Amino acid sequence: MSFLTLTHIRKSFGQTQVVHDFDMSIEKGEFVSFLGPSGCGKTTVLRMIAGFETPSSGTIVMNGRNQNELKPNQRNIGMVFQAYALFPNMTVRDNVAFGLKVAGAPKADIDSRVKEMLALIHLEHLADRYPYQMSGGQQQRVALARALAPKPQVLLLDEPLSALDAKIRVSLREEIRMIQQQLGITTVFVTHDQEEALSISDRIVIMNAGRADQIGTPFEIYNRPATRFVASFVGTLNLIDAKVIDPAANRIAIGDQSITLREPLGAVKAGDTVSLALRPEAGSIAPDAKGDTALTGTVIATNFLGSVIRTRMKIADSVISFDMFNNPGLKPPAIGDTVTLRFTAGDLLIVRE
Amino acid sequence: MKTNRIGAWIAMAIGASYFVIPLIGTFEFSLRMRRGEYSFDAYRSVFSDMQFRETFGYSMMMALLTIVFGMLLVVPTAYWVRLRLPQMRPVVEFITLLPLVIPAIVIVFGYLRLYNSSSVLPLTGSTTGTNILLMFSYITLSLPYMYKAVDTAMRAIDVRTLTEAAQSLGANWSTILFRCIFPNVMSGVLSGAFITLAIVMGEFTMAALLNRPAFGPYLQLVGANKAYEPSALAVIAFSITWLSMGLLNLVSRFGKSAPAKA
Amino acid sequence: MSPPISPPISRVTAPVPKSVTTISKDRIIDWLGIAPFMLFALLFLLAPTFYLVVGAFFTPDGQLTLKNISDLFTPSILSAYWISIRISLASALGGAFIGFFLAWAVVLGGLPASVRSTLLTFSGVASNFAGVPLAFAFLATLGRTGLATVLLRDWWGFNLYSTGFNLLSFTGLTLTYMYFQIPLMVLILTPALDGMKKEWREASEILGATNRQYWTMVALPILWPSLLGTTLLLFANAFGAIATAYALTGSSLNIVPILLYAQIRGDVLHNPNLGYAIALGMIVITGLSNVLYLMLRMRAERWQK
Repeated sequence: MSFLTLTHIRKSFGQTQVVHDFDMSIEKGEFVSFLGPSGCGKTTVLRMIAGFETPSSGTIVMNGRNQNELKPNQRNIGMVFQAYALFPNMTVRDNVAFGLKVAGAPKADIDSRVKEMLALIHLEHLADRYPYQMSGGQQQRVALARALAPKPQVLLLDEPLSALDAKIRVSLREEIRMIQQQLGITTVFVTHDQEEALSISDRIVIMNAGRADQIGTPFEIYNRPATRFVASFVGTLNLIDAKVIDPAANRIAIGDQSITLREPLGAVKAGDTVSLALRPEAGSIAPDAKGDTALTGTVIATNFLGSVIRTRMKIADSVISFDMFNNPGLKPPAIGDTVTLRFTAGDLLIVRE
Repeated sequence: MKTNRIGAWIAMAIGASYFVIPLIGTFEFSLRMRRGEYSFDAYRSVFSDMQFRETFGYSMMMALLTIVFGMLLVVPTAYWVRLRLPQMRPVVEFITLLPLVIPAIVIVFGYLRLYNSSSVLPLTGSTTGTNILLMFSYITLSLPYMYKAVDTAMRAIDVRTLTEAAQSLGANWSTILFRCIFPNVMSGVLSGAFITLAIVMGEFTMAALLNRPAFGPYLQLVGANKAYEPSALAVIAFSITWLSMGLLNLVSRFGKSAPAKA
Repeated sequence: MSPPISPPISRVTAPVPKSVTTISKDRIIDWLGIAPFMLFALLFLLAPTFYLVVGAFFTPDGQLTLKNISDLFTPSILSAYWISIRISLASALGGAFIGFFLAWAVVLGGLPASVRSTLLTFSGVASNFAGVPLAFAFLATLGRTGLATVLLRDWWGFNLYSTGFNLLSFTGLTLTYMYFQIPLMVLILTPALDGMKKEWREASEILGATNRQYWTMVALPILWPSLLGTTLLLFANAFGAIATAYALTGSSLNIVPILLYAQIRGDVLHNPNLGYAIALGMIVITGLSNVLYLMLRMRAERWQK
């Protein structure tokens, strides 16, 4: 039995339906990310779990209890907001204590719990500061401690890192993940940043236009995107149009070069166009590169990205990018060079719309 | 949320009646001059009163002069403070807010003592002098509003860059001020102007104590001696305020949309 | 986003050292730019006020004295201050109370946006609709033959004036002042309420707080500097006002501005310097409320950043 189950959730605002038939089961202690572009409905789903929005239809069950009729303040959920939302009139200590205080916990319990929480986020020394005296990263850690202090059943994180600087964003997301694992708390994390979602989640839900396009581990999502949207949204990806030559033999052609796919083509006929996806890191142009498949093209650009060099080559009407790991001895291909990219046929995925 | 909305409507209803009932009452009263039926007699009586025309014209003239000279004082100052003396900003802003702190009656009391006919600067000794003093007193009263309106407009256009651009094209100071800065802060100038108009047209204390034939003291005089005309005058005065504020709203809306187009 | 690695550009292009004379010449021009404004402020704002403040400590023939100040504490002057303070306080509290609910209604009450813009426009007008015409409006409404008085009598048989109500009194003047106090409160408080982040309510809700706990523990503590500060501003606003009171009650109501007005007109106190002391008292009271207002506003803004 899952800890948090969303069944057939729909949500409309007026005429526009923002969430279509959303289903999801989350296990106890799991860290699930909702990933998608803005306006995809991920925040709306989160806010329905929190109780700030009521589903137009469908049920939300948490720990065996139907949540639909419960108000937000009856759900025992912790939530961290994008804009910190610390109470500006209270010190760090009072902010963290707020949930316990409104619940009427004894003072001694509140004090020890607050101390524990501040130790967890390593901010014991700032207990008497006010929010406006702290940096964004510190404020967001306090917000996390405040959400966790009343021992919620579920922790909801609504783009908690979006307002922060790049460096703090990375360190704080690791800290969030560590704390989550330490406490074993079921967590739903909403983000539009794929790197964030990939790096700290147990599972990811890719949302697109109010629907869950794919639910899977970061590994599955990245390596086996189920739809064209997932493939293009997560990571960098080459999308190549190819012509079907022989559906039975899985043969297709890119320009005048024909190759055999490992994945069955399915219900297509010769002459149809299919979309193929290839990660830039899947192939190599090194002479000793392994791989059962090869494509030859002309280099049109190289970009130095630090740890990798991304080269783009043109084959007929398609442009394919591929990455080489940087090392000082490497001589990047020059524009106009003809190169051959080798890769395993299994890395070439057929993308469905 | 439902109870919230009901409460909100109740609050609005109470607030609206507080605002609207006196207006209706005034209007109704102003129509009562003829016994037994409603008529515009009170308005006819007001408009045919020579004194009404004179004092109204006088105050209008004063408002106009106040706006012109006030802006000539405020715009260059606000500009200069933004451009060259940012460290003086708090001081200048503080001074512009002082008229909200010091009651008008105190200020005019000071004038009467400081500028009486036996002083170094005997402004109250002559009619022209007193008129000038009254205009200065109006500038003082509207200083907080004028300065704020102009300063807000200047913040929106980044006067420093504009000035440097003009300088690099060879413009001199008066060209910069009158052809670059003034037109660009026009929305602020107009906002300030309309609120000044509303203030000057209704002002009583300064004009009464300086003994000038302005609209405010005239209103008071009519109020003390007549029955229905005061209501008609109140309706007229309210229309002037409404018109000024309406124009102000229009201007600030226009001013807001202007930078977006650029 | 990342901290700048190179030193700020201004330091790189620091001005080449100028000779001392050009620097001071520049400085003089800088100061000359605001000279007209400073001269104006000095002549028509600071000097007149200063003259009165200093004059309050002298006798008419130039002797230093504290007698003018102590004379403020004679019963007739003291009662004028007391009535003024009470009227200002009552109209400020009444205006703040009703104004708060109106601002709350348009910001948080879920009313249509058109109601909000109508209220704000109207408040802009009504807060400037003071002075003599306002007195006329209330006389025409709540005077003995005013519309509201007549309608109360004819429709509900309620005789307002038999209850002891009198427009030319403390209650009447307070009610009249509230006509510009309420909209002023609305105008100042609406932005403050707009600054109340939706997330604060949601955060307190999700942490288990009831609506009441949200208001007592979060919203009101955040708002009180604005509320109190604005009330002080309204107080000062009413304290210095004279035109409405004068047109409404003539000189029958003994409030400070009217007392001072009479003193200016005809030296009714037979001591011009006592008039200065009265003015000084007014400045002290309005000045204190404004200083407190500014301090509270700074505090409110610090929180609402």
